[in-house]
Amino acid sequence: MRRIISVLLENEPGALSRVVGLFSQRNYNIETLTVAPTEDETLSRLTVTTSGSDKVIEQITKQLNKLIEVVKLVDLTEGAHIERELMLVKLKATGSQRAEIKRTVDIFRGQIVDVTSSVYTVQLAGDSSKLDGFIQAVGTSGVLEVVRTGVSGIARGEKVLSL
Amino acid sequence: MELLSGADMLIRSLQDEGIEYIYGYPGGAALHIYDALFRQDKVKHILVRHEQAAVHMADGYARATGKPGTVLVTSGPGATNTITGIATAFMDSIPMVVLCGQVASTLIGEDAFQETDMIGVSRPVVKHNLSVRHPEEIPEVIRKAYYIASTGRPGPVVVDIPKDMTTPNERYEYAYPKKVKLRSYNPAVRGHAGQIKKAVDMLMAAKRPIIYAGGGVILGKASSQLTELTQTLGFPITNTLMGIGCYPATDKQHLGWLGMHGTYEANMAMHHSDLILCVGARFDDRVTNATEKFCPGARIIHIDIDPASISKTVDADVPIVGPVDAVLKEMLSLVKESKDKPDAEALGSWWKQIEEWRAFHGMRYETSPDVIKPQEVVEMLWKLTNGDAFVTTDVGQHQMFAAQYYKFDKPNRWINSGGLGTMGFGLPAAMGIKLTHPEDEVLCFTGEGSIQMNIQELSTCKQYDLPVKIINLNNQALGMVKQWQDMNYESRHSQSYMESLPDFIKLAEAYGHVGVRIDRKEDLEPKLKEVLAMKDKLVFVDIYVDRFEHVYPMQVARGSMKDMWLSKTERV
Repeated sequence: MRRIISVLLENEPGALSRVVGLFSQRNYNIETLTVAPTEDETLSRLTVTTSGSDKVIEQITKQLNKLIEVVKLVDLTEGAHIERELMLVKLKATGSQRAEIKRTVDIFRGQIVDVTSSVYTVQLAGDSSKLDGFIQAVGTSGVLEVVRTGVSGIARGEKVLSL
Repeated sequence: MELLSGADMLIRSLQDEGIEYIYGYPGGAALHIYDALFRQDKVKHILVRHEQAAVHMADGYARATGKPGTVLVTSGPGATNTITGIATAFMDSIPMVVLCGQVASTLIGEDAFQETDMIGVSRPVVKHNLSVRHPEEIPEVIRKAYYIASTGRPGPVVVDIPKDMTTPNERYEYAYPKKVKLRSYNPAVRGHAGQIKKAVDMLMAAKRPIIYAGGGVILGKASSQLTELTQTLGFPITNTLMGIGCYPATDKQHLGWLGMHGTYEANMAMHHSDLILCVGARFDDRVTNATEKFCPGARIIHIDIDPASISKTVDADVPIVGPVDAVLKEMLSLVKESKDKPDAEALGSWWKQIEEWRAFHGMRYETSPDVIKPQEVVEMLWKLTNGDAFVTTDVGQHQMFAAQYYKFDKPNRWINSGGLGTMGFGLPAAMGIKLTHPEDEVLCFTGEGSIQMNIQELSTCKQYDLPVKIINLNNQALGMVKQWQDMNYESRHSQSYMESLPDFIKLAEAYGHVGVRIDRKEDLEPKLKEVLAMKDKLVFVDIYVDRFEHVYPMQVARGSMKDMWLSKTERV
């Protein structure tokens, strides 16, 4: 099952490589990974999406917790949560395609953030399946380049991951 | 406040940490540190002949004393040579700090001479690693390194020290921190009371219980608590290879050790048990055999300081995360207070069954009138040393024979590379022990394959006068490899022979030691007595043993605990 694990990590050199190293060393799989500092500059927030049986996920969280630089972590998929991913896509846009793409972007509530005579650059945020849906809708033949940030997530309601 | 250079701060920190010995090898990036070492006499440095041996020495010291070992090496090859030793310590959770020189911080990343990314290289085989970014940090980094290495589930910690952090003419205020604060590292100090209570209720209700103890009992200094609990309950106990000595082997409640080459009775009792109390062990594949067939009728209580060890391979019914000594103590007081007592009738018939298994097989081997059996060498040395020696081994058949036939009644005396299985471990580990236990007998059981992996240390032994006894069970082959080839590859002995073995007697003599060859059965006892009588000499005893001997029992691959070969022809 797909899981989103959110980690508070000491913002120190080498900490990220320990997390990534753990995944490859123990044969766990990383689907997406995002990391950036938080409002507390000594901490980074890292979100990793992975999949595996309950037993594997339990091991992943335990092994992550063993890393000295991991301060706290939560498996967001255990409760109600919000997940978002940002995507930038360059699409071939000429002739009648231009209006069609504009309509599709509106339906997906995206924005065209850059325009040339033959190319639209589209920005789209949402959960991963929405981004996949957009690519499907516009058709892969028109897609020139895709860049996705990977998933970020946060728990719904009053639950907070902090020190 | 005192002003010290980075190198002097490092050595002062070691002094303030109470470090007696460091094992190492100098080189360019570590020269400031070696100079600081020269100008003091509290911390003694042992110069090895290869950095791997320095780590095994520190490891042997740590396993025998329970205190963290310390290694000092230079950057590049000095550092990479320690990796096998570090991985050995990591797999067996041995506390250790490895101080590595590094090229100057200004050169890092430029492929400078003797530059290696030691933080990156060591990462998968350390508990943690730290790098010094400013000389002022040194005392804190050293304090942290020892704290992390020796608390919780112990393990090796690498400290990377760029050369410009130890420059002699740059001085800083020195103060050794009393406490370490790490917000993200808080090992459990006691077990969950509710879980312990639940476990005790299960112990009282069990019909066919068994205690399965591991190296965690020795690391957690909990042998006395384990022994008392086991004897209070009257339960049978087995332990892992790493747990040897955690419970007296000659006591009748002890079934010997379990797993791939464990005793028949221990494996049978595990398989047929209805409750397993696992204390500081980790259900390793050399113990469980096929996990899906593991002990089908047993519920499992698992005590471990490391939550990740619980339900990793075999699911625990009652997990208890905490230090084994504290948890066992709490368990024991609950057992003593409890109105319930273990089911005497059920235990009686359980013991009757176990005694039948014991009588059916036990530990045995066939002797021969003219060939020396490796097992009898071990048994004889057990008797001649009154079972009280420190015993190190390398890896292979000799290791298993030593574990099977030397009966340890005390912890910290059986010293082997259980997890990683590192050939070349035995001699340097023995040296590390002998250095701090000069009055004790230290035996290194080895084979002609393993001993050659760190034989250069015979030179170190001469320099520091370390009279260990090397017992080379020479079967003129890589015995364990050959055994597997006999059993699984129709005796095709691919690369398991070493033609051109050296003359070990002359070799020992060349290094300034004594060499003794034993190749006749009738010489075994008198010559071993002579060897042990040479108290102040390192003796290399080259014993020609049966070349065709296999280690039994041996679990059948992919079977359950109870599926074993008992000899070359008997399978149960």
